[in-house]
Amino acid sequence: MSNIIGLIFISIGFAFDVFGCLGLVRLPDVYNRLQAATKCVTLGTCSILFGTFLIVGLTSAGIKALLCIIFLILTSPVAAHAIARGAHRAGVKLWEGSVIDRYAEDKEGEA
Amino acid sequence: MKRATWLIGAVILVSIITLILLRPFPFLFYPDLPYIGFLGRALYIVILACILCLYRIWRGPTGADRIVAIDILGIMIVGLCAILTVSTGRSWYIDIGIAWALQSFISTLALSKYLEGRGFDE
Amino acid sequence: MKSKIVLFLVAYLVWALLNWAPDWQHLLVGIFIAWFVAFMTGDLFITRPHILKHPQRYWYFLVEYLPKFLWECLKANVDVAYRVLHPDLPINPGIVKVKTTLKADTALTFLANSITLTPGTLSVDIDRDNGVLYVHWIDVKEKDVEAATKIIVERFEKMLRKVFE
Repeated sequence: MSNIIGLIFISIGFAFDVFGCLGLVRLPDVYNRLQAATKCVTLGTCSILFGTFLIVGLTSAGIKALLCIIFLILTSPVAAHAIARGAHRAGVKLWEGSVIDRYAEDKEGEA
Repeated sequence: MKRATWLIGAVILVSIITLILLRPFPFLFYPDLPYIGFLGRALYIVILACILCLYRIWRGPTGADRIVAIDILGIMIVGLCAILTVSTGRSWYIDIGIAWALQSFISTLALSKYLEGRGFDE
Repeated sequence: MKSKIVLFLVAYLVWALLNWAPDWQHLLVGIFIAWFVAFMTGDLFITRPHILKHPQRYWYFLVEYLPKFLWECLKANVDVAYRVLHPDLPINPGIVKVKTTLKADTALTFLANSITLTPGTLSVDIDRDNGVLYVHWIDVKEKDVEAATKIIVERFEKMLRKVFE
């Protein structure tokens, strides 16, 4: 029974991985790509790891999969935040269709 | 025009995934383990996603796009290692996954600092 | 000193989980390694060890924050998948400015992580002195500071104040 639930979790993980990479290809600028890719791929990989835990059971590999889930959820938003801030400071422009950019306005006011 | 390109892309993607799921691929693994049929084929779907990432690394207009794609590729290889753990039955693949996640996070931080144009000592 | 003891316990727990099923040799080596880690980096991570003593904080974290966070995370993924698969790409992006009243470092980190993993938002920068977060929003509904704050931040701010301050 837990094997079947694990296979369902792994299939959901595959689907979200493919959606995230599709967003990486289709969306227009760095920040939108970062949003789609970070959210979808993080949840997809966590779902694959949780399915692995359900199939393997409470052995050493299963415990390591759970630790890996906690580590990914803690670190991947930090990495996304660092890339977004670095890209904005390096002068990467937003997409032409963007509505508003408060960050650039405030930084010009300081300088 | 936009709808037409969307339709062509969707048809290509769906046909590739159907081909992967229907046609028996040559497996890298032992045929007597459980779930080898489904997981052995679904592994190729993750490889397809990795190829989409590689397109963004190859064709990124700015450096930030390439860094995003490298980060996402690192997270996806962790998932690949988890699937290999189930489908081959060797539990040390998940060790590679943990080490890869740590190393990928640190390299992403270093690359974003480099992008920001300041030194590493801050 | 207190923070070093807490870090020692956390490092020892992670060591024991990585060497599952534990035997006495692994546990003995783990004592030395966890002591070394705590001795080298003890005062970097945990600066206010007194908040770890209140049991109701763990209760709030596990029962109120975590299920809400997972639910919002799931909603975010379905939202992003819808936007990516739609032929016209229904996005309306922009960077807005929101205010927060949280002060502690841990609370701000968790707030930024929650904003990144919830529907349509990604935190770009934090100005800690003024309590201002710059948030990239994939579908801008409100350009005003107060209204955007009401939509983005207030989902998590009350709970995080109960947990971390």
